[in-house]
Amino acid sequence: MRESLGCGHVLGHDAQPEGDAWMQTDQPIIRIRNLDKYYDAFQALKNINLDVHQGERIVICGPSGSGKSTLIRCINRLEEHSAGQVFVDGVELSDETRDIRAVRQEVGMVFQQFNLFPHLTVLENLTIGPIRVRKMSRPDAEAKARLYLDRVHIPEQADKYPAQLSGGQQQRVAIARSLCMEPRVMLFDEPTSALDPEMINEVLDVMVELAESGMTMICVTHEMGFARKVADRMVFMEKGEIIEVAPPAQFFTNPASARCRMFLDQILEH
Amino acid sequence: MLKKLRWPDYLILMVLLAAAVVIWVRVEGVLVYEWRWHIIPNYLLRYDEEAGRWVTNLLTQGLISTIRISLMSGFLALILGTVLGVARCMQNLTIRMLARTYLEVLRNVPPVVVIFIFYFFLSEQLIAAFLIEDWSRTIARSDQGWIWALVFGDMRLFPSLISGVLVLALFESAFVGEIVRAGIQSVDRGQREAARSIGLSRLDELRFIVLPQALRKVVPPLANQFITLVKDSSIISLISVQELTYKTAAVVSSTRAIFEAWITAAVLYGLLCFGLSLVFRRLEGQASRHG
Repeated sequence: MRESLGCGHVLGHDAQPEGDAWMQTDQPIIRIRNLDKYYDAFQALKNINLDVHQGERIVICGPSGSGKSTLIRCINRLEEHSAGQVFVDGVELSDETRDIRAVRQEVGMVFQQFNLFPHLTVLENLTIGPIRVRKMSRPDAEAKARLYLDRVHIPEQADKYPAQLSGGQQQRVAIARSLCMEPRVMLFDEPTSALDPEMINEVLDVMVELAESGMTMICVTHEMGFARKVADRMVFMEKGEIIEVAPPAQFFTNPASARCRMFLDQILEH
Repeated sequence: MLKKLRWPDYLILMVLLAAAVVIWVRVEGVLVYEWRWHIIPNYLLRYDEEAGRWVTNLLTQGLISTIRISLMSGFLALILGTVLGVARCMQNLTIRMLARTYLEVLRNVPPVVVIFIFYFFLSEQLIAAFLIEDWSRTIARSDQGWIWALVFGDMRLFPSLISGVLVLALFESAFVGEIVRAGIQSVDRGQREAARSIGLSRLDELRFIVLPQALRKVVPPLANQFITLVKDSSIISLISVQELTYKTAAVVSSTRAIFEAWITAAVLYGLLCFGLSLVFRRLEGQASRHG
């Protein structure tokens, strides 16, 4: 298992002077410690602890209102946490984080509502980040954009506007837009929930391919088939707390907590 | 919507017509007024005997001046208003409060009062401070004077023109600011979040994502506000800016043709504003067709 491997590296670090590099690659890319989030008096997240390593695929599930979205939005600081710590690649997120933008470049996000820029073409949606943030030249950015459009299987839509595409195509453009920034982690916030049923699979296929390419992914989703296929670990949340973390095999067949079992019964019934 | 008039409509129109006739007859009986419409055309276009050609006279000059002032102050108000609208949506409390104060003052004080205050406390000082008076006289006398005159009209009137434009722009910017703010706030939250999540800076987020969408949404109210600005520009005749209203007053005082001159001014303003609204409606129709 990853964790035990990690342990070995850290032990090795003490002995080796060049161990710093080891530390860099082996520390979890995302580390969440005792995270609390309040909206006024309402506590949305309670004492969340979670480490995600490079290359890991995490699927977060749970009933609506359980804080799943809030949790992943804390990872790129679209939400500011109230207490505890969030580290991305060793950088702690806080008010003092000077370069929150540098962190966000490393953390891509795909939204439930796609949030494509409606006044820009597909190609412009994909290139604006690389051009404005990574200071890439336009031809380079466009080449990269076409590469990623190819990877999400819609190279022919480059010059259309988002409104001219189907929901599934829009979500794939959104995934490509994030990938164009070459992030180290991808966050998915219920990427298929706003889609018509016949379009869900085309998006999930892209996500599976992404997972197979070794991308670190944290997905909030109710697509249990997808979860079974790609997840390294399942995280079950309820009322702002992480109730259970388990590999999918165990999670789906023999969940430890009763609440988790109840939730699975409800969503897998049909 | 019914496109055809029915009998109740005819009834209403007949009643209105009858009322108009009654009022007309009464006015004619009471008021001794000699209509002299024939003198008005001469104040629009005049035949210059010496030059041997037709030249614009007071009313047309005023109309051109009104159009010129409206365009300039409209442009300025759009820029100022956008800045103000953005300021209203900033996180910084001080900036937000300043913008709010500016807006509330302008919204709750009558325009005439605002314009007098702006004029005497601001424009006069500015013009004195920057020696605009001397500068414009020099230009008026120079060889390139006509180029400047093409844009700004008679350069000898430049100081009053510039105060008129400034005052009007400052006044209208408050309303443009509100329109822009509404536009910015109507842009979906997700747009900002998406912009942030790919690492765009706040300025880029505003410039490339929020403002283009916001401004596109507020084109119709902005067009409306521009028409309002054209009408409001009559107020600056009070600070001696020589636009249509001012020139009409001049015609009235020299000819005593009160009704004729003011009705002509009304028709000119009306045609200008109605023409603008037709143009804007057509542009809007095109914009919505092209999505």
